Amino acid sequence: MAKADFETPELQEFVDVPEIAEGTMAHLSPFVAKADHNSDLNFPGELVDDWHEKALAKLDDLRSRYRSLQVFLDSCVKCGSCTDKCHYFLGTKDPKNMPVGRQDLLRKVYRRYFTFAGKYFPKLVGAEDLTRETLDEWYSYYHQCSQCRRCSVFCPYGIDTAEISMAAREILDSIGYGQKYCNEIITKLLKVGNNLGLPGPALADTLEGLEEDVEDDTGVAVKYPLDVKGAEILLVTPSADFFAEPHVDGLIGYGKVFHEAGVTWTISSYASEAANFGMFIGSYENMRRVALRIRKAALDLGVKRIVFGECGHAWRVAYAFLNTLAGPFDFLDPNYPVPQHILEFTWEQIQQGKLKLDKSANDDKVLTFHDSCNVARATRMGNKPGGQLEIPRNVIKAVCNNFVDMHHDTIGERTFCCGGGGGLLTDDLMEIRVKGALPRMTALKNVIEEQNVTHMAAVCAICKSQFTKVLPYYGMEMDQIVSVHQLVSEAIILTGQESDEEEDDNGEEDE
Amino acid sequence: MSLFYALLFIVATLVLVIGLARKIIQYARTPAPLKIPTTPAPVTQTGVVLRLFREVVFFESLFKSTKWTWLFGWMFHLGLFLVLLRHLRYFTDPVWLPIQLIQPFGVYAGYAMVIGLIGLLVRRIFVDRVRYISAPSDFLWLLILIFIGFSGLMMKFVVHTDVVMVKQFFIGLMGLNIGTLPVDFPLIVHLFLVALLMLLFPFSKLLHLPGIFFSPTRNQVDNPREKRHIAPWAKAMEEQQN
Repeated sequence: MAKADFETPELQEFVDVPEIAEGTMAHLSPFVAKADHNSDLNFPGELVDDWHEKALAKLDDLRSRYRSLQVFLDSCVKCGSCTDKCHYFLGTKDPKNMPVGRQDLLRKVYRRYFTFAGKYFPKLVGAEDLTRETLDEWYSYYHQCSQCRRCSVFCPYGIDTAEISMAAREILDSIGYGQKYCNEIITKLLKVGNNLGLPGPALADTLEGLEEDVEDDTGVAVKYPLDVKGAEILLVTPSADFFAEPHVDGLIGYGKVFHEAGVTWTISSYASEAANFGMFIGSYENMRRVALRIRKAALDLGVKRIVFGECGHAWRVAYAFLNTLAGPFDFLDPNYPVPQHILEFTWEQIQQGKLKLDKSANDDKVLTFHDSCNVARATRMGNKPGGQLEIPRNVIKAVCNNFVDMHHDTIGERTFCCGGGGGLLTDDLMEIRVKGALPRMTALKNVIEEQNVTHMAAVCAICKSQFTKVLPYYGMEMDQIVSVHQLVSEAIILTGQESDEEEDDNGEEDE
Repeated sequence: MSLFYALLFIVATLVLVIGLARKIIQYARTPAPLKIPTTPAPVTQTGVVLRLFREVVFFESLFKSTKWTWLFGWMFHLGLFLVLLRHLRYFTDPVWLPIQLIQPFGVYAGYAMVIGLIGLLVRRIFVDRVRYISAPSDFLWLLILIFIGFSGLMMKFVVHTDVVMVKQFFIGLMGLNIGTLPVDFPLIVHLFLVALLMLLFPFSKLLHLPGIFFSPTRNQVDNPREKRHIAPWAKAMEEQQN
């Protein structure tokens, strides 16, 4: 890991709203995309000569295609409600990291070229010319937004900075000024099948390895199938689940749940990735290209249902956009929602009593739960509003004896982003990732100290990766972050599994 | 003077109505290609109506956020609403009974409005984050509204204006007859600033009024799995690619 050239904020009892300090994060920009990564996504390879004209034309195009953008650019009254809501502002004090400060970077250009007041009285309404410096400022600050939507919860008009930052990134891409991390990953996904660039054979190897591990561990032959035609369920999961800790323990858990439920399932090597970074760059076209892989995989494999693994933004694209982008899914079993979340599946099995669970298997831990921003504020699970907040907790409580929530202002719809979402999970943005994690780290530290919490569970690959990296900066251990299905996996007693029960029985006798 | 004000109000009314209509048509015609309600969100249309009602009438999201801003903002808007209802008596004859009944409340509302506005102005000046995001126009709007409220209260409590004459002027104007307006300083200021507000409304942040009703994060039903949502341009793109 590169040595940190910034200071990690110190954890206090509360996160105080800081006084603004202009320009503290102006130096930070992510690496710029290489030409072929841009062109693979149908963007110009490098900054085009007529960027000024093209950028304004794109802004004009986007505001005519996205009501959100047009309404949000017009409606802000600068009430200040959002100013203390962004984790990146709280961690950096930079006023351009206040949601409205970030929006205004685009809004001032919109006003200058597209509104009466901005054309004729620019100074009066804070309208500004689009310059080369503006582009750099956009590039810097729109890549310091994790599109977590916390600001939109508190905005009296529901203005969602994520929509603005997506539009800004789309404008930058359209003039050849793309971000390396996102564009490279989308390219990799379209070429190899997943964000990590794991080819089919490597995937088959990994899954076989998992089968051996689980059998060694439990004595039960749980299958982790790949490309099985005619399986009932297609599992689409973030590729981190295939190898990284703690993600892979979650995948082991999904497999065990499917095994006990008695359903047949498969992973697709063609669509071996749930993530869809097309959303982060605000590109409908690329998001659709990525989403269509899942449709094709489902058709090719002849499955009846699609289930998504633990991934935050992927669940947003799956839950809220998949039907739009790649629907209609009338070839799937109409008795199930398309798609379903693995937690919806598992919770249903638990409610039906199909899983034999031994909660005490997780007694070595006291758990808390980190609501992932996209899951909490952009999706649903189950039939009722708020199911996305309840179901993960219900499942955790069904498999663990010790669970406490963090401070109520930091969970549920008010949850703080992990700091690494929205296409920021890259080492060149480590400073903003660490600083943006401050509110979550503070809330976690408090429950660790006051309620003896040992582990934090999450249902998002980005959250898990981010916390693994960031927890040590704040004096905590990287393995304190766990997958929810890792907990399920620990507690589940597979049919025919004897060793665990015997051990437990012995354990109890010993006590 | 009367002629000037008559023309001013005719123009201001036209600008307000046409300008606002154009923006509303623009918002209505611009598609929302994706389902983006801020969740947890209602799963039925009725639920959405209730959500918008709570948002528009009680400023629910602002209440969640900052109690002071909510208090001042809500005082101002509720006050303004009652004051506007009270003013209907200048444009209707005979005056509708409910409007007669709220007349006394309208006066208190005038105070509430001005106090709320001053609170908002103080906040804009003294909270560093809010000061940072404020353009000159953000201060000017508050000042215009404060002066409108203040000049209105002046007429009620300090320098009485012949409101019967004012009423005759406006009822006449509604039939395009130009009558005579009493030339009292507070009234002239009051009416001028109101006309200015009407003229600027469609070109300013006051567009948050129609905006809230078109905000996709607030007005969408959370049912993307149940019902396929697709924008016309996305549909066209799909057909072209297939």
